[in-house]
Amino acid sequence: MKIKILVLIIFYLISFFNLSHGANSEKVDQISKNLRCLICQGQSVYDSQSDFALSMKILIQNKIDEGKNDEQIYDFLKSKYGEWIVYDPEISKNTVLLWVLPLILFVFGGILILRKVSIK
Amino acid sequence: MVKNIRLIALVFLVIVSFFILLKGLDKTNNYSPNLNSSKIDFNFKAKFLYSDEESTLHELINDKDFSIINIWASWCLPCRDEHSFLLNLKSLDKLNIIGINYKDNEINAKKFIKELGNPYSKIVVDPSGVNSIELGAYGVPETILIHNKSKTILKKYIGPIDDEKLAELKMIIKNEN
Repeated sequence: MKIKILVLIIFYLISFFNLSHGANSEKVDQISKNLRCLICQGQSVYDSQSDFALSMKILIQNKIDEGKNDEQIYDFLKSKYGEWIVYDPEISKNTVLLWVLPLILFVFGGILILRKVSIK
Repeated sequence: MVKNIRLIALVFLVIVSFFILLKGLDKTNNYSPNLNSSKIDFNFKAKFLYSDEESTLHELINDKDFSIINIWASWCLPCRDEHSFLLNLKSLDKLNIIGINYKDNEINAKKFIKELGNPYSKIVVDPSGVNSIELGAYGVPETILIHNKSKTILKKYIGPIDDEKLAELKMIIKNEN
């Protein structure tokens, strides 16, 4: 009985150690989910197991250890690989339609509905 | 008559889409960004393959007018193909070729060099691949031509060097000062 309890305690200690050890990598997950794996098609860095993505995760961990915040890490990667690496496109000449189009459609639809209601 | 026009329009549409898709086949799937600044803003430390010493990138690219940074690995087949082109480039006086050994096993890397010859003046190792990301690299093989004095990237090739790229590299080196 005593041995069983001892084993259980050790088991819990190990799992708690793992929990505290893995605390930082959650942050890596969070950041890598927002990054496009450039050599895989349609996958994020988080999802991918390619060499590129694995190195990227190590790099993100290193940057976190250096004390960089999320914004600095995204900016660093953007300077290396361009805007394309982040999933969240900034408003620019090329992406203005992407941002404005839903708004236009929303307003246009609203006008359509209003007209129909007022006709009745 | 109306039916005919519809048929012609449909055939026309199919033909047009076919050619659009055909043209799309020529485009590479690899996206490479047009960077606004080609200035080198990195300075990582890396260990040499043949000694335990470390060096920074700025120290490595100081010798001559131009440097080529070539990322390679013994497990990468296209690297084998491009190796003869690198050996060819070695003969240029103004050029210094630096190898980055990407995620490789030390014994295999040394065997690779022994077997195929050594075009590199220095080889540093990148076991985790982090240094290559600092360079903005995608994988192996990749070749970056650097102007040493201004510390700018003149040209970057993703994938193995071939006859065409070799000629282009030689042209750039000949014309730039």
